[in-house]
Amino acid sequence: MDELKQVFLQESFEQLDALESLLLELENRPDDETTLNGIFRAAHTIKGAAGMVECAAVESFAHVVENVLDRLRNHEIAVSTKLAALMLGCTDHLRVLVANEAGVAQMAGEEIEAQGARLLKQLGEYGPGGQVSASPKTVESGVERIPSSGSAQNCWHISVRFGPEVLRQGMDPENFLRFLETLGDIRHLETLADAMPAAAEMDPEVCYLGFEITLESSADKQAIEDIFAFVRDECQLSILPPNSKVADYLDLIRNLPEDTLRLGEILVQVGALTADELAEGLRAQSAPVDEPEPEARQIGEILVAQQVVQPELVVAAVAKQAQVSEKKAQDAKLIRVPADKLDHLINLVGELVIAGAATSLLAHTRRDGELIEASSLLTRLVEEIRDASLQLRTVQIGETFNRFHRLVRDACKDLGKDVQLVINGGETELDKSIVEKIGDPLMHLVRNSLDHGIEAPAVREAAGKDPQGTLFLNAFHDAGNIVIEVSDDGAGLNRNKILAKAVERGLVDAEAHLSDREVFDLIFAPGLSTADQVTNLSGRGVGMDVVRRNLQALRGTINVDSQSGQGTRLTLRLPLTLAIIDGFLVVSGNRSYVIPLDAVVECIERPESEHERNYFNLRGQVLPAVCLREIFNLPGERPARESVVVVQYAGLRAGIVVDRLAGELQAVIKPLGVIFRHLQGIGGSTILGSGEVALILDISALIKISGQLEQRLIARPELRNA
Amino acid sequence: MSPQPASPASFSVAGAKAPVAVESSPAQYLTFVLGGEMFAVGILNIKEIIEYGAVTEIPMVPPFIRGVINLRGAVVPVIDLASRFGGKRSEISRRTCIVIIELTENDERQDIGVVVDAVSEVLEIPAAEIEPPPSFGARIRADFIKGMGKVNGKFVILLEVDKVLSVDEIASLSHLATEGAVELAAGGVPSA
Repeated sequence: MDELKQVFLQESFEQLDALESLLLELENRPDDETTLNGIFRAAHTIKGAAGMVECAAVESFAHVVENVLDRLRNHEIAVSTKLAALMLGCTDHLRVLVANEAGVAQMAGEEIEAQGARLLKQLGEYGPGGQVSASPKTVESGVERIPSSGSAQNCWHISVRFGPEVLRQGMDPENFLRFLETLGDIRHLETLADAMPAAAEMDPEVCYLGFEITLESSADKQAIEDIFAFVRDECQLSILPPNSKVADYLDLIRNLPEDTLRLGEILVQVGALTADELAEGLRAQSAPVDEPEPEARQIGEILVAQQVVQPELVVAAVAKQAQVSEKKAQDAKLIRVPADKLDHLINLVGELVIAGAATSLLAHTRRDGELIEASSLLTRLVEEIRDASLQLRTVQIGETFNRFHRLVRDACKDLGKDVQLVINGGETELDKSIVEKIGDPLMHLVRNSLDHGIEAPAVREAAGKDPQGTLFLNAFHDAGNIVIEVSDDGAGLNRNKILAKAVERGLVDAEAHLSDREVFDLIFAPGLSTADQVTNLSGRGVGMDVVRRNLQALRGTINVDSQSGQGTRLTLRLPLTLAIIDGFLVVSGNRSYVIPLDAVVECIERPESEHERNYFNLRGQVLPAVCLREIFNLPGERPARESVVVVQYAGLRAGIVVDRLAGELQAVIKPLGVIFRHLQGIGGSTILGSGEVALILDISALIKISGQLEQRLIARPELRNA
Repeated sequence: MSPQPASPASFSVAGAKAPVAVESSPAQYLTFVLGGEMFAVGILNIKEIIEYGAVTEIPMVPPFIRGVINLRGAVVPVIDLASRFGGKRSEISRRTCIVIIELTENDERQDIGVVVDAVSEVLEIPAAEIEPPPSFGARIRADFIKGMGKVNGKFVILLEVDKVLSVDEIASLSHLATEGAVELAAGGVPSA
């Protein structure tokens, strides 16, 4: 039962997320049928799943919600802001209920009940609650029921034989029957106990039961089959539609668009057959048949033999099929994989990369041509495997962005502001582990923009701006990094206020002349919390210093850009992955260092004439340079010829002076551990093919340190002569 | 250490840290030589002993951090014990070893290597043979010493590994060193 519940919890949360985003969409486009149907389906799925695991609280509440949604869908009531808000409230309540079921109660029991009662009362205004309404047909299939005179005309015939393992798996056949009643009336039910052995041989843990059920319902076939979803693999199920529906199906088949479909697919599309039934039929078709037959059996025959469709439907579908050519359905197929399995795979690939490098190194030292060739093929394949397996872990950032619709909406209500959220680049992909960790920092930045950035409508109007503020969330790839921008068209940062605060806290000297950028950077200083910086809204989320620290932990950076009266833009740069990078190996003072290849622009020889200076003339442009020897204080003599690796980071170009270049490699990042957590200029380490540990340079930090070094040299010239 | 879920109340923090030797049978210690002095560490923390070699230096860290090594695919920091005690760095000789010690701090496991001049042997030192540390005179910080073991009439300094290799302390020391390194590098710049 536990496993079943796990699935229920996980799916419920997913459905609730979907429900929420669809509701928000509905607010913008109240007439969109697809959205409405999606909302209804999500609510229905939650109810169904809750019924299966006997989660009465969730089921009954979801049921009332579903009733109102049903009326909405049938245009009995209209979409309004109030209703949408109520539905969002209901979504939250369902989430609390589900969380409660998961054992992570967010509220006290009475509180939940009170909230539930309040919502139910509000829902009551929109229609009769509490009564079981039949789940209506899906609009896509568009089956209109012919009002039938005889009641038996409209009855589904469901024949189910539960598998022997059903009880052992924690499923109670009675629950299915109970839940079936929510779809309609069970007119007749016959229990089949033929399979029951003599009492002495009976195993109480084995299910021997079968049922023949006559159900009067307007639900479609898929809805009925969904009830049995949890035991679908275990039981024999056949659902025969009511006679009145057969005529509808025939009509539908004839009216299908001229699409290329297989027979089974046609039947599935009109709702006469469910996907599972079709799969079963196909399995039976491909299974080896005992008696030799001249031809393979037709899928239609099998389906009729399995009593899942009426013969006339098959005939009609075959006729339809004859009109169109065949084509395979190309649905995107998804597999759920536990994250730790993926992590294990990535780790193994990392080891493989190192082992591959060792092999290749060995081949080169032996100067064995054939071995070199074989190992280079191996290296290429390993690279492909690496990319493919890292790809497995990437997800689109859009999902994270979309969560902010709700946040923006709610915050606007609280703050009395009008803000529109514009999302760009939601399809940009990045590593899932990064996505998980930037959620909180992003949330903080978005809240900041809403709280402090965007002004109240009246203020905006007075400033000659559109009363509706805009918050942009942007994502794109740039030089092996992912860049996320959170920008608004609000008031911008108040330079003087920040500076005053910083001076007051002793962070900067009152006399100091700081550029705008340096001032804005102060908002990340630990002592200067944004909460008391601009407004009094405080105590929410984390401070800006924590945001920056979180990003640094991901090897990312954050920059702020602001124009007074025009808005603020925060730019986050993050690596695409945390596991393996393409690197460029350099050697200085007999030590190996790795520069992330994405940052490398080109390599040049250090011009002889400019030996004493730390800037060069790069085709007419000034290129500042960092000398690894100097900054790391490396021993040994400077070689006569030095190389410069030109790197680019966040629009900044610099040269890194090294003794010699040693080529590209794949670097499996090994964290240096907590001892070195404060280390600047070094991003991590990697193991070379030779077994030596090489340090990976953190370009942005290195450039920063280099700048500090120069500042101090200027401030204290005596050091220069030391 | 032996995890005893039975009665957490009686298992106080002090109890957990107390040397195993105090209650139970004689504990085993690995003795090693460092700058002519004999030291010992409880063997329960020791993972392995390897020959010194292939240490990658890390720039801008205090001198007692010698660097990192590749221990079968894991990158392990190496601490120079003599330098950590305030003396000079150990001279590398044929007998120099790296003792890999496993630490658990804040529920995180961390392997650290320490450089020693030579490892001697594994000894059993009964609790009765362990004297409290002298208040001064041992030339190393008092909190680094767990006790003084008597072996063949000579004293062996039993080290408090958690203190000597305190990850938090080392990290903050290296932080200071990083700040200072910029200064250091500035001093090292050849005159222009």
